[in-house]
Amino acid sequence: MAEPLLQATGLHTYYGASHILHGVDFRIGSGEAIGLMGRNGMGKTTLIRSLLGHVQPRRGAVRWRGADITQAAAHRIARLGVAYVPEGRGIFPNLTVKENLIMAARAGLDGRCEWTLERILQTFPRLAERLSHGGGQLSGGEQQMLTIGRALMTNPELLILDEATEGLAPLIARDIWQIIRSIRGCGIATVIVDKNYGALLELVDRCVVMVKGRVVFDDDAARLSDEIVQKYLGV
Amino acid sequence: MDFYSFLIQLLNGLQYGLLLFLVASGLTLVFGIMGIINLAHGSFYMVGAYLAFSLAALTGNLLTAVLLGVTLSVLLGMLLEWLFYRHLYARDHLYQVLMTYGLILVFEELRSILWGDDVHGVAVPVFLSGSIPLTDNLSYPVYRLAISGICLLLAGGLYWLIRKTRLGMMIRAGAANREMAQALGINIEWLYTVVFALGLTLAAFAGMIAAPVSSVYPNMGGEVIIISFVVVVIGGIGSVWGALLAAILIGMSDTFGKVLLPEYAGMTTYLLMALVLLWRPEGLFRRT
Repeated sequence: MAEPLLQATGLHTYYGASHILHGVDFRIGSGEAIGLMGRNGMGKTTLIRSLLGHVQPRRGAVRWRGADITQAAAHRIARLGVAYVPEGRGIFPNLTVKENLIMAARAGLDGRCEWTLERILQTFPRLAERLSHGGGQLSGGEQQMLTIGRALMTNPELLILDEATEGLAPLIARDIWQIIRSIRGCGIATVIVDKNYGALLELVDRCVVMVKGRVVFDDDAARLSDEIVQKYLGV
Repeated sequence: MDFYSFLIQLLNGLQYGLLLFLVASGLTLVFGIMGIINLAHGSFYMVGAYLAFSLAALTGNLLTAVLLGVTLSVLLGMLLEWLFYRHLYARDHLYQVLMTYGLILVFEELRSILWGDDVHGVAVPVFLSGSIPLTDNLSYPVYRLAISGICLLLAGGLYWLIRKTRLGMMIRAGAANREMAQALGINIEWLYTVVFALGLTLAAFAGMIAAPVSSVYPNMGGEVIIISFVVVVIGGIGSVWGALLAAILIGMSDTFGKVLLPEYAGMTTYLLMALVLLWRPEGLFRRT
C-alpha cells in the first residue's frame, strides 16, 4: 500500500483533565475522500484539531507523508497543504470578502497554482457579487462558500470540512454539496464531517465512525451496514 | 487673538496631537490585536528620546541618530516581546498591568544608571532649524512643521499597511480569529512579534523626533502614557483611526485650553474625555 498522505496512530488527546481521544488511528491517502462520522461529542472535532496541530495529543503520532508532525505548529501543518473549513465557519468578519480570499492565497507545494481568485469567483458567483462586502455581512450560506473558497485559495492537498452544511437552508446545502463534489473531482483529498449521511456516503470512499473517542468502524463506505448506522449513529 | 496667533496655536495643537497619535497608535494596536494593556508604552517614548540624545551626540546628526534609533527600537521590541510580553497574551489584564508597571520601574532605573537624572537638549538638524516669518514679529519654526509632516506621512503609511497590504490583512485576521488564521498558514507568534515591535518603534520614533522640542528628561514617559491612554479611550480602544482623531482633538483642546483658559488648562483634556465618554461610552470608533 502506498504511503498515506496523513496518518495518525494511537492518538490520546486531552482537554485539561478530560481524556477525549482514546488511542485513535486515522489515515488518508492522496485524493481519497473520507466521511468522519459519529454523534455529537464523540471526538470528531478533537481528532481534527489534533491533526491540525491546534491541540497537542499527549500520546501518539501524526505523520504527513511519513514525516512526524505531532509537535509541529498549526501554521506549519497548514503550509504542508492542509486546509480547514471549521464548524461555525470562521470567516474574518472584519475583512472584506476579497480580503478573506487573498489573505489566504498560496501556491500549491509543487509550485502549481490551480485555485486562483478568478477560479474561486467562477465557482462561487455569489461571492463575486459581494467582493467588497465585509465578511460579517454575508448570509450563512455565503459565509460557508467564503470559507470553502478561502480554504481552496491555499491550494491544499487535503481539505477538512467540519459540518460544512450545518444550519443551512436545504437549497443552499444542496449547492454546497455540489461544490464539494466538484472539489472531489480535482483530486484533493477530503475529510468530511456531516450529519447528512445520505449525501456523505454518496461522495466518500471510506467511512470512519467514532464513538466516545474511539474508532469503531473504518472501512469502505459500501460496507457501512444499517446495523452499524443504527447502533453508533442513531439515525 | 489675531489670525496669525491663532494659526500658530492651531499648528502647535496639530503637531502635539499628531505626535500623541504616534505614541497612542502603537498602544491601541497592541491592545486591539494582542489584548495587552501596556503601561510601559510611555517608557518606549522615553527610550526613543534618550536614544536620539545619545546617538545624535555620537553621530553628530539627528537624522543618522533616528535611523540608528529606529533599528535599535525594532530589535528592542522583538526582544521584549520574546522575553516578556508573549507570556502575557493569555493572561488576565491584572497580570499585564503588574508586569508592565514593573517594566516602567526597570526602564526608569536603567535610564538613571545609564544617563543620570539631568535634563538634556537635542539640537534641531541644521536644514530644519529655520523659521517661517508670518508677521514682523511672529514666525513659525520649520522643525515643528516637519514633525507634523512626518507624523502625517506615518499615519498614511500605517493606514496603507493595515488596510492595503497582505500583512495588514493577516494582522486583522489574526486579531479576529487566532486559530483560524493559524489554520490558513499564518505564523501568529511571528505576527505578534512584528506588531509589538512596530508599536514600540512608533512610540520610540515619536520620542526621537520630539526630543529637540520637548528636551529629554526623567519620567517623560510617565507623562505621555497617561495622555496616550486618554487618546486610546476617547478614540475607542483598539481603533487606530479613532486614535488619530482623538489625538488631534486632545492636541487642540490642550493647546487652546492653555491659551484661552489658562487657569483651567490642566482640566481641558480630561473634561473632553468625560464628555466624549458620556456621549459614546465605547469611544469614537470601534476596533480596527
